[in-house]
Amino acid sequence: MKKILDFRIVENRHFNENYSLLVITPADYSTLPRMRPGQFVQVAIPGCGITLRRPISICDVDVEENRLSLLVRKAGKGTTHLISMEKDEIINIVLPLGNGFSIDGIDSDRRIFLIGGGVGAAPLLYLSKALRKKGITPTTLIGARTPADLLMIDEFSRYSDVRTSVESQDAPDHCGLVTQHPILSESFDMIYCCGPAPMMKAVAGIAKERGIECEVSLENMMACGLGACLCCVEKTVRGNVCVCTEGPVFNINQLTW
Amino acid sequence: MVNLNVNIGGLNLKNPVMTASGTFGYGIEYSDFIDLNRLGAYIVKGTTLNPREGNPYPRMAETPSGMLNAVGLQNKGVDFFISHIYPVISAYDSELIVNVSGASIDDYVTVAEKLMPLERINAIEVNISCPNVKQGGMAFGTTTDGAAQVTKAMRQAWDKSLIVKLSPNVTSIVDIAKAVEAEGADSVSLINTLLGMAIDVERQRPCLSTVTGGLSGPAVRPVAVRMIWQVAHAVSIPVIGLGGIMDGRDAIEFMLAGARAVQLGTANFIDPAVTMKVIDYMTDYCERHGVKDINEIIGMI
Repeated sequence: MKKILDFRIVENRHFNENYSLLVITPADYSTLPRMRPGQFVQVAIPGCGITLRRPISICDVDVEENRLSLLVRKAGKGTTHLISMEKDEIINIVLPLGNGFSIDGIDSDRRIFLIGGGVGAAPLLYLSKALRKKGITPTTLIGARTPADLLMIDEFSRYSDVRTSVESQDAPDHCGLVTQHPILSESFDMIYCCGPAPMMKAVAGIAKERGIECEVSLENMMACGLGACLCCVEKTVRGNVCVCTEGPVFNINQLTW
Repeated sequence: MVNLNVNIGGLNLKNPVMTASGTFGYGIEYSDFIDLNRLGAYIVKGTTLNPREGNPYPRMAETPSGMLNAVGLQNKGVDFFISHIYPVISAYDSELIVNVSGASIDDYVTVAEKLMPLERINAIEVNISCPNVKQGGMAFGTTTDGAAQVTKAMRQAWDKSLIVKLSPNVTSIVDIAKAVEAEGADSVSLINTLLGMAIDVERQRPCLSTVTGGLSGPAVRPVAVRMIWQVAHAVSIPVIGLGGIMDGRDAIEFMLAGARAVQLGTANFIDPAVTMKVIDYMTDYCERHGVKDINEIIGMI
């Protein structure tokens, strides 16, 4: 069941001037609703001159501590305000939204490959944690423009075998695009991908070519997040569908890419 | 106990709060957040004779205090509504109103004829004001002749309460309102979205795939209040007010200007439970002002 809840900021962890991890908990101490990896939330950000909520993917859920983490990249007015918010401030959130990655009933011997680009890697952390619980250690490849855009590598390393790919020359691991990383030549049964659209399209192309099942998480602009406004549609083999309710995660076979 | 009951051209509502077409889906999308039975009425999204895929993405852009949309009446058609949606939503105890759109007068009439036997649909809202479709829509709503023709045809096809939704993209909305009143409309709802446009200056492209779209949200509210006030003084049928209502205060503002009921649209996107808060506010407001019946404040200005 979806809820509208006030959350208290427990911690605002600034990675650098562009990125923050907001760790939040329900202000009324109620128990977090059950959330699936790949789902997202709609955050109201008052006092910064924006009207609509901002959709943000769920980066991590800590059930024991009753906490939720959102990785936020400074992009416009709303996210700039959000990353500047302080501990104990309150934000209003509608959650959980969307379908999430399909991992129910997945066999533990499956070789899983997670590919994330920039802030788009966020939902893959919670996904890798969920896979680890199922006895699967996925391989995670995270791409970024510069080393400063590579975030939470230590956290990812807890649940998966992490590789990175950075476009600038000072890359700590591989230098170049994720699609050029040598790990891609290994064999995988399933790819879960989230990042900029050109990256996801390139990954989808590779997956199709090699016959690997692949899910991607889209971030089309949306207003309601509830399937009412019909603004965030993606063209699929079944026609235009709402990314907020039928997605954000789609099997690439459903898309017209 | 304050009376919130209002009558809109033969349609009896338990309170004046309705939801605007295209912002509330089929209502079910909001059932986790609110008790749909508490609404005065809810208006299901624009329904056409044949299924429509709508316009290409991007269909939305946020603008100062509002948003542009260019959905283009995406819906699965009236037959799908009758077979799949109506059986589910007819269980709710609110008035159900279907917003009807068409590319031709025949389309409008055929949809009305198909809806006529549905017991729980006591009213339709005729959309002659959608700015996001090439044919029909706003084309009918921007001339007095076009508005009169659609209304006349619908009046013959539809025995129950007939609401005509007006476009603000006209020189004189009063003239259009008078024309639809003369052809037998039971009420008018206004305003639909204002035609607008936004450009992504970095990419040097329009923000919407259709270039122009419909502006909604608090940005349009003063325009809506003015038009409601003008129309309410010019016609004798009830006026339903909408356009940027974000809370209970705004709803009261529309009623003081002459609206007998209000619709909430964009506000549902920001607070999915806003309609319930508006209903509660109306009772509080009346109590604070010593008003026993909300009808007393309608059109005070």
